[in-house]
Amino acid sequence: MKLELQGITKVFGTFVANDAIDLVVEPGEIHSLLGENGAGKSTLMNVLYGLYRPDGGEILLDDRPAHFSGPGDAMRAGIGMVHQHFMLVPPFTVAENVMLGHEPTSKGLLDLATARRTVREISERFGFDLEPDAVVEDLPVGAQQRVEIVKALSRRAEVLVLDEPTAVLTPQETDELMGIMRQLRDEGTSIVFITHKLREVKAVADRITVIRRGKVVGTADPTADQTDLASLMVGRAVSLDLDKAPATPGEVALEVRGLSVRDAAGTPVLDRVDLDVHEGEVLGVAGVQGNGQTELTEALLGLQSEARGSIRLRGQELVGRNTRQILDAGVGFVPEDRTHDALIADFTVAENLILDQHHRPPFGSGLSLHPAAIRERATAEVAEFDVRTGSIEDHVSTLSGGNQQKVVMARALGRELSLFIASQPTRGVDVGSIEFLHRRIIAERDKGTPVVIVSTELDEVIQLSDRIAVMYRGAILGIVPATEDRDVLGLMMAGYTVEAAREAVAAGRGRTADSTLAHEGEPA
Amino acid sequence: MSTALAPDSPAASTREAPGRPERPRSWWYLPAGLAALAVIALGVFARGAAAGATTTFRLAREGDLNPGGIVPGDVALPAGGTALVLGLLCLAIAVVLGVLAAISRPLAPRWRITLVVVFGLAWVTAFLTWAFNGARVDLGTLLQTMMVLAVPLAFGALSGVLSERAGVINIAIEGQLLFGAFGAVLIGSMAGSAWVGLLAAPLMALVIGALLALFAIGYQVQQIIVGVVLNVFAIGLTSFFFGSVMKQNPGLFNRPLRLPTLRIPVLADLPVIGTVLFEQTILVYLMFLIVVGLTIALFRTRWGLRVRAVGEHPRAADTVGIDVNRTRWTNVLLGAAVAGLGGATLTIGTGVAFGEEMSSGKGYIALAAMILGRYHPVGALLAALVFAFADALQLNIGTLPAGAGAGIPSQFLLMLPYIVTLFAVAGVVGRVRVPAADGVPYVKQ
Repeated sequence: MKLELQGITKVFGTFVANDAIDLVVEPGEIHSLLGENGAGKSTLMNVLYGLYRPDGGEILLDDRPAHFSGPGDAMRAGIGMVHQHFMLVPPFTVAENVMLGHEPTSKGLLDLATARRTVREISERFGFDLEPDAVVEDLPVGAQQRVEIVKALSRRAEVLVLDEPTAVLTPQETDELMGIMRQLRDEGTSIVFITHKLREVKAVADRITVIRRGKVVGTADPTADQTDLASLMVGRAVSLDLDKAPATPGEVALEVRGLSVRDAAGTPVLDRVDLDVHEGEVLGVAGVQGNGQTELTEALLGLQSEARGSIRLRGQELVGRNTRQILDAGVGFVPEDRTHDALIADFTVAENLILDQHHRPPFGSGLSLHPAAIRERATAEVAEFDVRTGSIEDHVSTLSGGNQQKVVMARALGRELSLFIASQPTRGVDVGSIEFLHRRIIAERDKGTPVVIVSTELDEVIQLSDRIAVMYRGAILGIVPATEDRDVLGLMMAGYTVEAAREAVAAGRGRTADSTLAHEGEPA
Repeated sequence: MSTALAPDSPAASTREAPGRPERPRSWWYLPAGLAALAVIALGVFARGAAAGATTTFRLAREGDLNPGGIVPGDVALPAGGTALVLGLLCLAIAVVLGVLAAISRPLAPRWRITLVVVFGLAWVTAFLTWAFNGARVDLGTLLQTMMVLAVPLAFGALSGVLSERAGVINIAIEGQLLFGAFGAVLIGSMAGSAWVGLLAAPLMALVIGALLALFAIGYQVQQIIVGVVLNVFAIGLTSFFFGSVMKQNPGLFNRPLRLPTLRIPVLADLPVIGTVLFEQTILVYLMFLIVVGLTIALFRTRWGLRVRAVGEHPRAADTVGIDVNRTRWTNVLLGAAVAGLGGATLTIGTGVAFGEEMSSGKGYIALAAMILGRYHPVGALLAALVFAFADALQLNIGTLPAGAGAGIPSQFLLMLPYIVTLFAVAGVVGRVRVPAADGVPYVKQ
């Protein structure tokens, strides 16, 4: 089906989210909508999906105007959407989720058999391997996303909108998803692929439309240069390569030995981890989400009460100390989930900037806070990190994701550190800010601080790190230099040891193995 | 991943697979709790009974359908000995559960629950032999009392299930019960028919339901607060009418009407359970019907799937074209109507006139029954029966002739239902899964 958007305009108050946007998606085409966070991509797609009513413009399906008053209308017209935050009911089974809203019934009762058959048919057609009776919350994210796709296809979607679909996926799962997208395209489905990741756009898109500040600023072919695309997206020249000087590692500053954590059910989630981090180097921790990275950073910060083993920072034992003591020992920490663990949404920017030091001079003493010192500090940090905020007294919730992340980073980096730990330092951050944040991390390294970076984005780990540790099922599978082959790292993230991964890649099996890694999460 | 990696997965061979999960830290909670109870059974019940005293359990009665006397009439048991044996059985179960948990070989849930239920029955019987030693327990009467007390609780809990499964917290069950009881008597008296009262009860309770829905869904007010306020409102309004109109002209506005008892032939003659299950007012049969119907509706129909989706993830429901707030309105109103029937059992179901604050906290116990029943209609009914049994026991022991029984102070007996509530909610069920969006108003973007 051909989809055409003509002059779509959507205004929230005085803010123009979409300004006369034109977009044509031909049948059987993967059309990439490229833009930074807040550029208006999601707004546009919500207009298309009937969640927002446009203030101007028209939607044409196969050259006929269409009007949607809700998602139901859009679905009936053949538009399916895979939301960034999955619209799945966690305790329901796959079949129940797929049939929700258009349930087959027989004699007034749910016809589960038909629903199961639908799921099996569609998932077999695309090699999804989904069990209709599996409970969705037990599935890995990649499989959940496939449930979303099956859900859309079961409603005979001819236009499929994928909103930032790779944000939650591993490199292997991303490859698989791209395979699925190509297969869908070849069967005639039109795909709108929303993303801000240039590598993926170039890999899979047939055409690219770039949006900036609610306007279409250009279209491009997938052959376009990554840097050009990035500049178009951001609106100024950006450099994608982080040309960092080689590290000059000093003595070992952080020694982790036999660090183990068990979850409430007694399963080891962190399994005898040994690590050394030197002064002035970045140790990157790569791995598929949920392989113990969260527990590792939390254990380092004293947030895991059940941690066993030893963590020595410049000879000082940290296991058994509380978080306050560890912070006071000079550990700077950026949690992986900025909205839940890093910021208090209804506090001001200034207050959030001193959350970890509010109790001691110069920001506070005894029972009182010292507003002048807090303001002074906030003004300086906001200027240094280029946080775009109306005022330091604005609630941090009014800031964009990228600017919120800058606040978190500014707080962690704003003092003398003996160790810097950052988890997902640029998650949900636009290209322009990523560049800046990466430079700040390297600057901290060059001051001689040992740095630990945890990221599920392999590209980011490779860019920032001097050495890379790969985590798998709570253990460190190996530590390799940052120059290691990307495919080797990908295989290690899937559970191969260093040697086995190198052998496999040397034998040319690296890429073929990706497509067989369908059952993420089952015990080996 | 196992299949894909099996042929060339060196990782799996070089790294030892994580062993059996270590026992959770809370492994000893249940066995220890049960063991403590078993020790009470041995120490208090077995030793407390007067020497040589017997406890008589009356099962079959004269005139019951009891061919050849299969079910014995009176069973006399030596109080001390029976309690001792049962106490030892309880202790054995606690030890078995404890040992299995300690060596990390927990039983399958089905067996574990069976053992815990056997434990419960044995413990309660031990308690009965002690509490009634030297006297007679009429099981039929005890269960009949339980049923009468359970019905309003069950209706209330079902009301909670309906509304909370759709994501609206229903603290206002108390008010709905009260309005139902009030409406049944008021309208029934004016019309001179208990049947009219039966129709009026759910309609009257709808007033509270509509107010709850209006504020909780329409205006997104904090749902617990709305519920509590509505309960106070219901007490105030009914007390006002009770004190004014009903007092002035009880003949017209507050007559003790009673729904007829419908006796199901043959079945009602069964020993022990006959009258309990098959010689009741229509309200009791209606309750069983609603439990069965709601279970099927919630888990086997389109309506139920949508209701549960709305209670778990309203935005997901919205994106597939389900009207979230309309679903919630419907369910809150349905729930209120069901609770209204529960209110009717307090008045026209038992043949008493309306009295001030006559729901006396039953709505809150119903709420506990709903949680203990894990938001499932059958669970809610079972939980209501457990609470009602404790209450019935308390009433029965209270009427023992002086000198008989264990002489438990009546104040302790009054606490019994609530102690059972606390233990049940805190200990036996473990973690209850609450509908994820329960109490969270849905706002469209």
